[in-house]
Amino acid sequence: MARVTVKGLWKRYGDTVVLENINLDFADHEFVTIVGASGCGKTTFLRILLGMEQPSKGRLLIDGEPVSPEPGPDRGIVFQRYSLFPHLTVLGNLILGLELRRSRVLGKLFGARRREAIVRAESILEAVGLAGARDRYPAQLSGGMQQRLSIAQSVIGEPRILLLDEPFGALDPGITADMHKLILDLWAANAMTIFMVTHDLKEGFELGTRLLVFDKLRHDPQAPEAYGAKVTYDIPLRRLKNDRERQRLAIVEASGSEPSYAPAG
Amino acid sequence: MPRLINRHPGRGPALMLGLVPFIVLIFAYLLGSHVRLAANPDDKLLPTPSTLMSTLHTYAAEEDVRSGQVLFWVDTMASLERILIALVLSASIGLAFGLAIGALPVVRAALAPFVAVVSMIPPLAILPILFIVLGLGEVAKIALMTLGIAPVIVRDLALRAAELPSEQLIKAQTLGASSWQLVTRVILPQMWPRLIDSLRLSMGCAWLFLIAAEAIASTEGLGYRIFLVRRYLAMDVILPYVAWITLLAFLMDWALKILRSRAFPWTDMSR
Repeated sequence: MARVTVKGLWKRYGDTVVLENINLDFADHEFVTIVGASGCGKTTFLRILLGMEQPSKGRLLIDGEPVSPEPGPDRGIVFQRYSLFPHLTVLGNLILGLELRRSRVLGKLFGARRREAIVRAESILEAVGLAGARDRYPAQLSGGMQQRLSIAQSVIGEPRILLLDEPFGALDPGITADMHKLILDLWAANAMTIFMVTHDLKEGFELGTRLLVFDKLRHDPQAPEAYGAKVTYDIPLRRLKNDRERQRLAIVEASGSEPSYAPAG
Repeated sequence: MPRLINRHPGRGPALMLGLVPFIVLIFAYLLGSHVRLAANPDDKLLPTPSTLMSTLHTYAAEEDVRSGQVLFWVDTMASLERILIALVLSASIGLAFGLAIGALPVVRAALAPFVAVVSMIPPLAILPILFIVLGLGEVAKIALMTLGIAPVIVRDLALRAAELPSEQLIKAQTLGASSWQLVTRVILPQMWPRLIDSLRLSMGCAWLFLIAAEAIASTEGLGYRIFLVRRYLAMDVILPYVAWITLLAFLMDWALKILRSRAFPWTDMSR
């Protein structure tokens, strides 16, 4: 369960208004895609959801409870880059989330508990297509593999909300179809609400059950910072979904099996 | 013909090129030594290789008449013990404070300005204070080296810890990490190789402070010996000692480098 409610939310930096008066209500297990011009506050909105930043005014509720003001295990995040731990292997990166939660002092598991965590991690590695790379370090993975791992890392902790900040923005266009399938599969298999910021409108329509467009409605050329962005379009896509889903799967399947990723570097 | 900037020597040629400056230096020495000794057989400034070897033999393989000790090894052990204690101490201080300052904004606010000021104190300027307060024994010498290099390591590690991408720290928090776990599982493991780098860079300073302390107040040690025999213009002792110190420092640097790449294979993989 993760109903997210945003009430009268404003965000200012000094005199610059970034977001003004956002009011939204999201059902459980929604896949919300957020698009908009750069600098229109979509990433800021995501950072507020994450707890990295606090709203200047207004409230953010998850299941009616005010959201914790710092990042926590109820909200997972996948950034565009840098969210893997370079000193841990693929497996190490993946079981870290389990270790941190189950061993509060050492943050490490040993013996049977470690083996159990590894079994769990391996099944997820299999699901995201990284089983063959389990002992490699992040620097030895291609960009697409790194993002798969980062997504797997978040999903293993079973967050109620998964936040994606342009997760496929830095990837080759060729592998995004694959990544889309992966994220939709994970979304279907796990009880989580997804918020995904993207600059790719097509991607937004393709993946989301609801599409938000952030834009500045008012603009004062004398004081460009005076007005913030609002949600200018809020498009429910669920009704279109079944149709699109079939089309999309057909396209994905027609494009053949998963491409193989050679390790770079 | 490729541009000079694109011409990379192979393994063999690179080795040869690397040897050239050493060969030039040795040749220049031999030439100078020959010319000076031809003019004055008693010249002490540039002794012949055979004189150097025989003096080294006296110091390293024969017992000193007065003390009954083999001076070269007594000096070496004394100096190595001092510098190793100081390096371990500095590394521990550097790691503990560097991590705390780099990872915790509250500690950073409290300690960063203080460390910045302390690291600007010229260690040699307070050497007299150390000798007055701590006496002329081992403690003062180790304190000098530690005061000289620990603040630098603290600042370096604090900067490096603060340089970690914030995405990593946020991600760890969304995986449920507490502050303690963030430090022990995310930040500290990434600081180890950086600590080694920092130590390697501090090594030159550590030797500098060691020699300085030994020169002023000591009864054995490599620096002590050099400054002792300086009175007799004993270049045949000074030169082998300097070469030996250089070799020791080089080997320590090399060992740290090997340790870094063996223990932390992930650091060399960044693309």
